[in-house]
Amino acid sequence: MLSLWLNVIAGGVLIGLVYGLVALGLTIIFGVMRVVNFAHGEMVVFGIYIGYWTVRIWDVPIALAAAIAAVVMFVFGYLLETLVVKRFVNRPHHYQFIVFIGLSLFFSGVLLMSFGPDPRPTASQLSFQTVTVGPLTLDWARIQAAATAGLLIAALGAYLKYSAFGRSLRGAANNRLGGLVVGLNIPRVYAVTFGIGTACAGVAGALISPLFDAQPYLAVDFTLLAFVTVIVGGLGSFGGALLGGLTIGVAEAIAALTFTPSMKTALPYALLIIILIFRPRGFFGAKDI
Amino acid sequence: MQRTSDQASDTKRWGAGALVFAALAVVGGMSNAYVISLLTIVLLFTFMGQSWNLMLGIGGQLSIGHALFVGIGAYAVAILNIKYGITPWIGLLLGAVIAGFVGAVLAWLSFRFEVRGIYFALLTIAAAEFARIMFGGWDYAGGMQGLFYQAPSGAMDLGMLRGDARFYYFVALALAAIGVAGTELISRSYWGYVWRAMRDDDEAARALGVRTFRHKVLVVSISAATAAVGGGVLGLVQGAIFPDSIMGMAISVDVLIGPVVGGLGTAFGPLVGSMAAIPLHHAMGALGDALGLPGLNSVAYGAVLILVVWFLPDGIWPSMVRLYGAVQLPARGRIPQLRKVEE
Repeated sequence: MLSLWLNVIAGGVLIGLVYGLVALGLTIIFGVMRVVNFAHGEMVVFGIYIGYWTVRIWDVPIALAAAIAAVVMFVFGYLLETLVVKRFVNRPHHYQFIVFIGLSLFFSGVLLMSFGPDPRPTASQLSFQTVTVGPLTLDWARIQAAATAGLLIAALGAYLKYSAFGRSLRGAANNRLGGLVVGLNIPRVYAVTFGIGTACAGVAGALISPLFDAQPYLAVDFTLLAFVTVIVGGLGSFGGALLGGLTIGVAEAIAALTFTPSMKTALPYALLIIILIFRPRGFFGAKDI
Repeated sequence: MQRTSDQASDTKRWGAGALVFAALAVVGGMSNAYVISLLTIVLLFTFMGQSWNLMLGIGGQLSIGHALFVGIGAYAVAILNIKYGITPWIGLLLGAVIAGFVGAVLAWLSFRFEVRGIYFALLTIAAAEFARIMFGGWDYAGGMQGLFYQAPSGAMDLGMLRGDARFYYFVALALAAIGVAGTELISRSYWGYVWRAMRDDDEAARALGVRTFRHKVLVVSISAATAAVGGGVLGLVQGAIFPDSIMGMAISVDVLIGPVVGGLGTAFGPLVGSMAAIPLHHAMGALGDALGLPGLNSVAYGAVLILVVWFLPDGIWPSMVRLYGAVQLPARGRIPQLRKVEE
């Protein structure tokens, strides 16, 4: 019994790291640009399809698939910001939100048109390999996904903390006007930020492609899951996204074990409602929105 | 002088509205079954769009989970009617009361703890998704298999709200007319001024002695209750309700697209917007089916939302009015938040 619980919690922690990466993308975009990207789940699904194509069709290792997803989705996010999102950054929040709902509908429609509604399994041999450590039996695919996600989170954290661009990004996040005054190239910072956020989602999608069938309808679920994760941690907080991801991953795994499957799907929303009501800014949230 | 010109423009406005609805009634008398069924949906979403419009366009609170209230209304009518044979009129009333209460509780809980803006919007969608999943697992309410109305006999029965497609068209038309007139009346009432004041500047409204907390709860509650009435009728029109179809994200989007496209905070906007967007959605859906491109309608909806906010942030209706220039748009029709936020 104990080993069952340990296994479930370990599985939750592993998937939680990937959720953390998705949430990190959302929170970086929000933290810097103050826009709420409701189309984030579509970016994850784009990543899953990239994983599907590269792993399933070209048979590349999952780490390479993740790298391809990172590059492709960074460029995609950069262009999306420059061409569309840019024009709405100074608009009121609810109008941005409506634009992002529009983007979400647009991209999920594009996904449906391109790939059809049928799920495509990426499941390869990798999906069924397991590793046994003491009492734990873990999916090899999950371990790889979690390790890559964890590494990326750490690398991104270091990059934002120590690099020159990271400093300008944090400067822009703290005080946009101040950044302009000291000569930051705010439009470029914004475009790169959106690219990084999108790349996070895309990489996370590629990493979980062995675990989820590629399917356009997943997008809304991922968007909402990312929001729940981010709000549990606090919108705009780096550590919060990670903590939120782990919390949701473990909570979901435990709920799947103890409740009915429908409770498992409802749990993140219940958690979100409870958190929003009792701790509206999350564990480490920004003061104001 | 000012007064007479106001009265003249008032008469014009109400007259124009009456003309539009008279024309719609004539259309309902003449059109074929397909047009009737499409326009019924358009008019129902005009009504529900008005309720959403009341909340954001006038009250300043963004909801992206209106499907919750629509679904509550639909389920209240369906459960009472299908399981106990009780007239939908009672169901509509009960649904409105329950939805109004749920809306008030949500608003009370969140505004009390200063959950506002985007956080409140996310709370509404979380509540809607949570309820959708719960209804899917609730066997008494049909679960995922849904609830089915008996096929209508065709005979019109106003007491039981049953009849043919044309009957429902006129029910929807009446609701839409009530929605447009109601928005116009509310927007020039005491509440309308108070709500716009708190929409534009919460602190300033409070400084003037408005109890904004109460008024926010009130506007959300009224919006929820009216959305539930629309949902109850929508369920009757569709003949069957399922959690995914009546409480899903798609309903929330259908509710908000009319006012956004047509013009937030205006009385006619939701009608114009629904008339433009919903038939487009259906046409693109049909075209997509014909071409084997299943996502085409979703692409069209998304593109419409983005382009409208991009190029016509006030919506189609105010732009039409400005272009035509015959009716001076009163200052209260303009929405200050739509302008750029200052640096």
